[in-house]
Amino acid sequence: MGIVLKMHHRWALGLLLASALLLMGASGDRTGQRFDRLGHNLMCECGCGQVLMECNHVGCTTSEQMRKELKLAMDRGDSDDVILAGFVARYGPAVLSAPTTTGFNRVAWIMPVVIFIAALTAVVLVVRAWKRRTPNPPSNPGGSGPGELDEFRRRAREETSTL
Amino acid sequence: MPQIGSFTLLLGLALSVYAFAAGLFALVRNDDRLSETARRAGIAVFIAVTAASAVLVWAAFHNDFSVAYILHHSNRALPAPYKFAALWSGQEGSLLFWCWLLATYGLVLRLRHKVDTRLVAHASVVISAVQIFFLALVNFAAHPFALVAGTIPADGNGLNPLLQYPEMVIHPPMLYLGYVGMTVPFCFALAALIMKYPGEKWIHITRRWTMVGWLFLTCGIFLGSYWAYRVLGWGGWWGWDPVENASLLPWLTGTAFLHSVMMQEKRGMMKVWNMWLIFSTFLLAIFGTFLTRSGVVSSVHAFAESDIGPYFVVFMALTFATCVFFFVRNRSHLESEHKLESLVSRESSFLFNNVLLLVAAFAVLWGTLFPVLSEWVTGHKVTVGPPFFNKVNIPIALCLLLLTAVGPLLAWGRTSAESIRKNFLIPALIALSTGVVLMMRGMKPWVDISYFYALMTIMLSVLVASTVGSEFIRGGLVISRHHHSNIFHGMYLLTRRNTRRYGGYIVHLGVIVTMIGFAGVAFYQNTEQELGFGDKMAIGPYTLVCRSYTQNDQPNYSSEWAILDIYKNGKQITTMYPEQRFYKASGQPATIVANRSTVMEDLYLVYTGKNPENGRPIIKAHLNPLVWWIWAGAHLILVGTLVALLPNMQAKRKKRSPQERIRSALADEVSPVEARN
Repeated sequence: MGIVLKMHHRWALGLLLASALLLMGASGDRTGQRFDRLGHNLMCECGCGQVLMECNHVGCTTSEQMRKELKLAMDRGDSDDVILAGFVARYGPAVLSAPTTTGFNRVAWIMPVVIFIAALTAVVLVVRAWKRRTPNPPSNPGGSGPGELDEFRRRAREETSTL
Repeated sequence: MPQIGSFTLLLGLALSVYAFAAGLFALVRNDDRLSETARRAGIAVFIAVTAASAVLVWAAFHNDFSVAYILHHSNRALPAPYKFAALWSGQEGSLLFWCWLLATYGLVLRLRHKVDTRLVAHASVVISAVQIFFLALVNFAAHPFALVAGTIPADGNGLNPLLQYPEMVIHPPMLYLGYVGMTVPFCFALAALIMKYPGEKWIHITRRWTMVGWLFLTCGIFLGSYWAYRVLGWGGWWGWDPVENASLLPWLTGTAFLHSVMMQEKRGMMKVWNMWLIFSTFLLAIFGTFLTRSGVVSSVHAFAESDIGPYFVVFMALTFATCVFFFVRNRSHLESEHKLESLVSRESSFLFNNVLLLVAAFAVLWGTLFPVLSEWVTGHKVTVGPPFFNKVNIPIALCLLLLTAVGPLLAWGRTSAESIRKNFLIPALIALSTGVVLMMRGMKPWVDISYFYALMTIMLSVLVASTVGSEFIRGGLVISRHHHSNIFHGMYLLTRRNTRRYGGYIVHLGVIVTMIGFAGVAFYQNTEQELGFGDKMAIGPYTLVCRSYTQNDQPNYSSEWAILDIYKNGKQITTMYPEQRFYKASGQPATIVANRSTVMEDLYLVYTGKNPENGRPIIKAHLNPLVWWIWAGAHLILVGTLVALLPNMQAKRKKRSPQERIRSALADEVSPVEARN
C-alpha cells in the first residue's frame, strides 16, 4: 500500500512540476486579440442584432464606421473601460453585447447564480431529509427480489474479477 | 383552389372540435361507440389538413398569386424545392405546416390506440384541444388562403434569400417535428394524470415519444446551426439569438426528462418532477413558437413576425392552468415509491444532472427575456448577447460533462468510495495526461479564459470517453468470452441487448465529440482584405491567391464571385469560389460561403463586397478549428438516439443454461460497473 501511495505521490508531483514548468514558460501576448475581444463586446447598430465583429451585411456602413472608431480609440491608447464608455455615450447602453455589472443590470448576472445555488442546496437538503426519514432498503433496480439480485452480483463479481 | 383550401381548413377545425367534445363526452359517459367516432374524427382531421396543405403547395407550384401568401413568399423563377419550402417560410404557411404535423402525430397516436385504448382516448382528447387552437389560428388569425385584393400581380415577391438554401428545406421541418413532437408526450402525461393511470406503462410510452420529439429537435437545432454557419456568413454556428435560444429551451428540459424518467422506471421516484418536466417541455415548445412570431424580442431568424402573440399567451396560460388544476387534484397519484438512499448514487447523479440542465434552461430563458424586463423596469433596453450566455452556460456545461463522466460509474442505490476510486482512477489519469500533452503542445490556459475552458472541455470529454469506453469494453469482454467471439461482436451484442443504455452512451459520445468542436472556438481567427488579380492573403498555414473575379446572371438572381487558389505550406491544395448573390424578386443580397472543411479546421471564405472604385472583391477569411467535430458529433447523437429507440434483441431462451440466463440478465439490466459493485 505504501508503495502504491508513493507511486501516486510521484505521479502527482510529476504532473505538478510539468504544469509549473509550462506556466513559467508562458507568454501573454494579448495585443493582437484586443481589437477582436473589444469588438465582440459591442453590437452593430445597423439593426441586424449581430455582434460588431460578426456583422456581415453586404455594404453595412455602420459596422465599418464603428470598427474604425474602435481602432481609433485603441490607437489613442484608451483603456478598455474608456473605449466601451465612449461607445455607450455615443450609441446608448444597448451597444454593449452583455449587461454591465452596475444598477439593475446586476440582476441579469446574479439571478442564474442564485438559482444555481438555491437548486443545489435544495437538492442536498431534500436528499438528506429523505435519508433521515427512511431506512435504507436494499437496492432493486431491475425488479428482481433482493436475494436474486445478490446472487446476480455474486456471480457477476466472479465472472468479471479477471477483467 | 384557394376556396377548397379554406373549406378543408374549416372542416379540419370542425372535426377537431368534434373529436374533442365527443371524446370528452365519451370518457365521462364511458361510451365506447362515441369514443370510436371521436377517434375517427381525429383521423379525418389529418385528411382535411393534408388536403389544405396540398392546396397551398399546389398554389405555389402553379404561381397562383391570387393567394396573398404565395404572392409574398414565392415567384415564378423560384426553383421547385424552394416553392415546396414556401409552405413553411412565412407565418400562415408555417402555422398550417404545424397543424399538419400535429394532425400526423395525432393520426399515428390514434392508429396505435390498441396500445392502451383508454389512455389513448384521454390523450386523443388533449391533442384535439391543442389542434383546435392551431386550426383556429389558421382559420381566423393567420389565414394561408387569404386572397389578394384588387389586381393580381404578374409575379410574386419571392422567397427571403436567406431561406433559399438546401439546408432550409430540411431545417424547419425537423425543428417543427421536434416542437410538435413534444405535444404527444404532453398529451400522454396529462392523460395519465387526469385518469390517475395505474402502473408505469404511460411513462414508457411517454419516454419513447419524447425521444422521437427530442431526436427531431436535435436534428433541427444542428441543421439550424449548420445553416447559420454555411449561409449567414459570419463564421459562427451559434449566436445565442432569441430564436435559437427558444429551440434550446425545450431541448434542455426534454433532455432532463429523458434522464430523470429512468428514476421513475427503475425506482418509482421523481414522478411529480417528471410530470412537470413534460409539461414544461411542451410549454417551452409553444413559448419558442410565440417568441419566433410575436416580435417580443428581435431576432435575425424571426421570418414570420406578426400580431398573433396574444393568442399564444392565452393558450399558454390556459394550458398551464389546466396542468396546475389536474396536478393539484390528482397529485396523490404521483407519490414516490422509493427515496434516495445516498448522495453518491446513480439516482443522485441524475438529480444533479437535472438541476444543471434546468439551471441552464433558466439562464437561457432569463438572458433571452432580460432585455424586455430591463426596458420595463428601467426604461432602457440592454442587449444580452453571446458574452452573457457563454459566461453563464459554459461552466454549467463543464459540470454536466463531469457528471456525464461520473454517472456511469455509480450504481443504483449507493456506491462505495472504494468502487469510485477503482473505476475512476484510470479514466482520470488519461484525462489529466491529455491536458498535460495539450499544454506541452502549446495550449496555454493561463493566457485567456477561453483557452482554459477549451482545455477543460477536452479533458472532461476524454474523461467521458474513457468511462463510456470502459463500459463498452468490460461488457463486450464478458459477452465475447461467453460467445467465443471477438470483443467488437461482444460490444455489438451488448448494445443490441440493452439498446437504451448503450444507445444513450453513444449519444454521450456524440455530445463529447460536439463539445470538442465547441472548444475550437477559442482558436478561431479571421482576416479581411481587398484582392486584385494575383494578390495574396495569408491566414494560418494558408495563402489565398486571387486568380480572378467575375459575375453571372441567372433567372432568379445575379451573382459576383472571386476565384481563389488556396496554398497550404506552399503547395496548392484547391481552388475556392466565395460568392455574393443579388435576388431579383426580393431585391436582397445574400452570401454563398466557400468552405473547405477538414477534421482539424475549416477554411471559410466570404465574399463581403467589392471596392466601388476599382471593382476588386473584398474577401473575409476565417480559420475555424474543429468545426467538423460539431457535425460529426451531431451524427453520433442521432445514431445513438436511433439505437436507443430500437427494441432490445430477445435472447433465445430455450437453448440457454441458467448461467447464460444470469449473464444475459446482467448484460440487460446491470452494467459491468454496477455488477462489480
